Amino acid sequence: MSESANPTADPADPDEADEADAADGAEPADGARTPDGAVAAAATPENGAAAVVAALESADVQTAFGVQGGAIMPVYDALYGSSIDHVTMAHEQGAAHAADAYGVVAGTPGVCLATSGPGATNLVTGIADASMDSDAMLALTGQVPSHMVGSDAFQETDTTGVTAPITKHNYFASDSTTVGDVVGEAFALAGTGRPGPTLVDLPKDVSFGETDRAPAAPTPPERSVPDPEADAESVEAAARAIERAEKPLCLFGGGVIKGNATAEARAFAREHEVPVVTTMPGIGSFPEDDELCLSWAGMHGTGYANMAISHTDCLIAVGTRFDDRLTGGVETFAPGAEVVHVDIDPAEISKNIEADYPVVGDAGTVLGQIDAAMERSPAAREWCEQCADWREEYPMDYAVDPDEPVKPQFVVEAYDAATGDDAIVTTGVGQHQMWAAQYWTYTEPRTFVSSHGLGTMGYGLPGAIGARLAAEDDREVICFDGDGSFLMTIQELSVAVRENLDITVVVLNNEYIGMVRQWQDAFFEGRHMASEYDWMPEFDKLAEAFGARGFRVDEYDEVAGVVRESLAYDGPSVVDVHVDPREDVYPMVASGGANGEFALTGDQL
Amino acid sequence: MAGPRPDERPQPTARRNAEGIRVDPDAEAARPRRTAVISALVEHEPGVLSRVSGLFSRRQFNIESLTVGPTTVEGHARITLVVEETDPGIDQAKKQLMKLTPVIAVGELGSDAVRAELVLLKVRGSEPDKVHAITEMYEGRTLDAGPRTITVQITGDERKIDDAVDAFRQFGIIEIARTGQTALERGDSPTTPGEEPGHSAATDDAAADGTSADGDATDQTTPNYDD
Ligand SMILES: Cc1ncc(C[n+]2csc(CCOP(=O)(O)OP(=O)(O)O)c2C)c(N)n1
Repeated sequence: MSESANPTADPADPDEADEADAADGAEPADGARTPDGAVAAAATPENGAAAVVAALESADVQTAFGVQGGAIMPVYDALYGSSIDHVTMAHEQGAAHAADAYGVVAGTPGVCLATSGPGATNLVTGIADASMDSDAMLALTGQVPSHMVGSDAFQETDTTGVTAPITKHNYFASDSTTVGDVVGEAFALAGTGRPGPTLVDLPKDVSFGETDRAPAAPTPPERSVPDPEADAESVEAAARAIERAEKPLCLFGGGVIKGNATAEARAFAREHEVPVVTTMPGIGSFPEDDELCLSWAGMHGTGYANMAISHTDCLIAVGTRFDDRLTGGVETFAPGAEVVHVDIDPAEISKNIEADYPVVGDAGTVLGQIDAAMERSPAAREWCEQCADWREEYPMDYAVDPDEPVKPQFVVEAYDAATGDDAIVTTGVGQHQMWAAQYWTYTEPRTFVSSHGLGTMGYGLPGAIGARLAAEDDREVICFDGDGSFLMTIQELSVAVRENLDITVVVLNNEYIGMVRQWQDAFFEGRHMASEYDWMPEFDKLAEAFGARGFRVDEYDEVAGVVRESLAYDGPSVVDVHVDPREDVYPMVASGGANGEFALTGDQL
Repeated sequence: MAGPRPDERPQPTARRNAEGIRVDPDAEAARPRRTAVISALVEHEPGVLSRVSGLFSRRQFNIESLTVGPTTVEGHARITLVVEETDPGIDQAKKQLMKLTPVIAVGELGSDAVRAELVLLKVRGSEPDKVHAITEMYEGRTLDAGPRTITVQITGDERKIDDAVDAFRQFGIIEIARTGQTALERGDSPTTPGEEPGHSAATDDAAADGTSADGDATDQTTPNYDD
C-alpha cells in the first residue's frame, strides 16, 4: 500500500488523502499510536471508540444506521467485527429517520452515526424530527480532534451547539476513559421518562485515545428518572372529576404508545365506556375498529372526533402535548371541558391547554391508579349515543368513478384490506400522509410511523427501512409517499435494494406537492406557485434502475393486481400510482379555527 | 360527504383564553406580568449557560437578567434569572429549566429574599466633591478618579441601583455596567428546593461573624473550597 505523498495530510482522513488506504498503516495525525508504534485498530480494542461500541453492545443495540467519514472512522473501525449490524445509508438524514423509525417500532432507542461537519448537520433534520415526536434515539457524531475544536478546522461544526435545542441532552466527549459511560448514559437517557433524541459528539482523539476501562452499564442520570406513580391526591381529584362527567372523552396521544400503556388505556376506556379519540401520533393506541373509537382529532381528523372534542365536558387527555394541529385555536378547544391531563413530563401540564386536574406520572401506571380510585363509571349513555350519531352524520368517504383518475383513498384502503393488523405504515408528509392516516384502520400501536410534529417530507422511505429492520420478517412494511416527499430521500432506495428489504413504497403521485396545491386553492386563489411538479420521473422505472421492482397504476382495474404483486414481491418495490391530482384532504379544520367547524369541502373553509 | 354545514352544527358557547384557560368572568382579563427571581442550581460544566440562555430565547421567555457563579459545592453553580412573565409563563419557565439535564434544582425566590446587584458608573470628573457626596449617599466606593472621569461602584437591590443611576445622571454618565440581580433566600430556607450547602467549619464561622457587612455582592458568591 502506498504511503501518502503529502506528509502533512492526515492519511486516516479520506477526505484529505483519498488515495491512502486508511485501514492499512495509516498514521492518524491526531496521535493514535499504540505504545509499540502500531496504529490502533479493531485488533486492539482498548481505545475510546471501542468503548463506545462496547457501550452500545452492552445496551443491546443490534442495528445502527449511518454514513462513514473522517472524524467518525475510529468508531466505525471499532464496529468492525462487532455484533452490531451497521446499515450504511445514502444520506445522514436517512440514517436519522431510519434510527427514529427503528426506535418507534422496536420500542428501544434507535442509533445513528455520522461524521463531523456535514455528516452531523445532515442529521439535524432527523434529530429535530425525533425531538418533536419524543422518539428515543441516540446520535453519535464524529468531531475534529479536541485541539482543533474552535479553529474552524476542516469539517468542523459546533455540533453540540447546533443540536442543543433539538436534543433531550447532548454530550461533548472529552475523555477516552469515560466516553463509553457517556454513550451508555446518553442511550439510557434517550429512552427514559419522556423519550427523546440524545447526541454524543466524539472528537477523534477521544475515540483514538487509549483506555482499558469497560464502560459502565447504560444508566440514565438519576435526576432524569421520573417517578412513575402520580401522587394520590391528584389521582383522587381526577377520579372524582371523571365520575361526575356526563360527556367524558378519552384523548390518547403518542405518549400512550411511547409509554407502552395501550393495554391500560384500552382497559380504562372499555371498563368505563368512555369514547376515545386519539391524536395523530396516538394512532394505534386504541383500535380504530372498536365502537368506542372515534379515530383521530385535529386539522384533518374525523368530523366525529372533532365534534366530540368540541362538546365533551371532561377530557381525559393522556400523553399528549396539545399541539396546535390537534387543538386548532386554543380558545375553542374543548371549551366546556374540565381537563384531566396525565403526562410523564410536568412541563407539558398547562403549557398549551390549562389542566384542571394535572396528574404527573407514567401513563399506564396513572391510568391504573385512576381506575382504582374510581368508585363508579360516569353516566354517559346519552353521550355515547350522540357520538355514534356524529359518526353517522360525518362518515369518512369519497367518490369513486371508474372513468376518472384513481382516488388515493381507494389505494390506501386496498392495501389495508390486503394486509394484516400488524402491518406497519410509514409516510412522507403531505396529503398522502393524511389519507394514509384517515383511510387505513389501525388497530395496533407502533404500526403508524410518521413525522408528526416536524412534518418532514422524506421521512417515509428511510422510516420504512428503519421499521423493516426493527420488525419481524413476516410483517408487511408499506410506505405511502408523495411524489415530492419521495424525491427528497429517494436515494435510500439503494439501501433497500442492497439490504434486500421487503418494503413496498406506494407513491400517491399527483404531480403536485399536493398539500401546498390544496392550500393555494383554498387560500391563495389557486395560484400554484412552485407546487406543480409535472416533471416527475417515472418512479417505476427509477425503481428498476435502483434494482427494485417497479409497478405503475393508472386505472382502477389495475389496483387489485398490483397490490397483490407488490406485496408478494420479496424485496423493495415501488408502486407509482397516478392518482387524481385534484383530490383534496377533508375534513379540514382551518389553522387556528374551531375543531367543531371542520370543513367538508373547499367552500366551507 | 353528508352532515350539516359548519354554521348549522351545534357549537359550544364556552371559551378559553389565549393561555388555554377556561374562561370564567374573573379570568377573562389579560394576565398581568410580574417579575420573578428564579434560582437554578446547576452542574458547573461547559455549555450549561448557553443551554439555559438558549432555552429562554427559543421559548420566548422575557428575561431581564441572568447572573452565574460557583457555589460552596464544588462542581455546582448557581444561575439567578430575573424574568418578567405571567404566572403560567413563570411556571413554564421553571419547569422547562428543570428539564435540562445539568439542572439540579430550581426555586423561585420569595419577595423577602436577599437580592443584590452591582453597578459600575463612569461619570464626568468636573465636580469630584459632588460625585463623592452622591457616592457616599449610596454607600458606594470610588474605584477610579481622574481629572476627566470618576468611576464608582454601587451595590444594593434593584431599586437602590435605579435611584443611584438617576442621581448620577446630573454629572453625565459616560459608561455604565450592571451585573443584574443575584439573590439568596433569607435565613435557613434553601434557595433551591432540597439544596444542601457544602460548607466547612471555617465557612460556618465566617457566616456567623457576619462577613460581607459592606454588602459587596461579589463576596456572596466567592467560592470556598477549603473543605
Ligand atoms: C422538508 C419539507 N419541506 C417542505 C415542506 C412543506 N410541505 C408540506 S406538505 C408539502 C407537499 C408534499 O407534497 P408530496 O410529498 O408530493 O405529497 P402530497 O401532498 O402531494 O401527497 C410541502 C412542500 C415540508 N413539510 N417538509
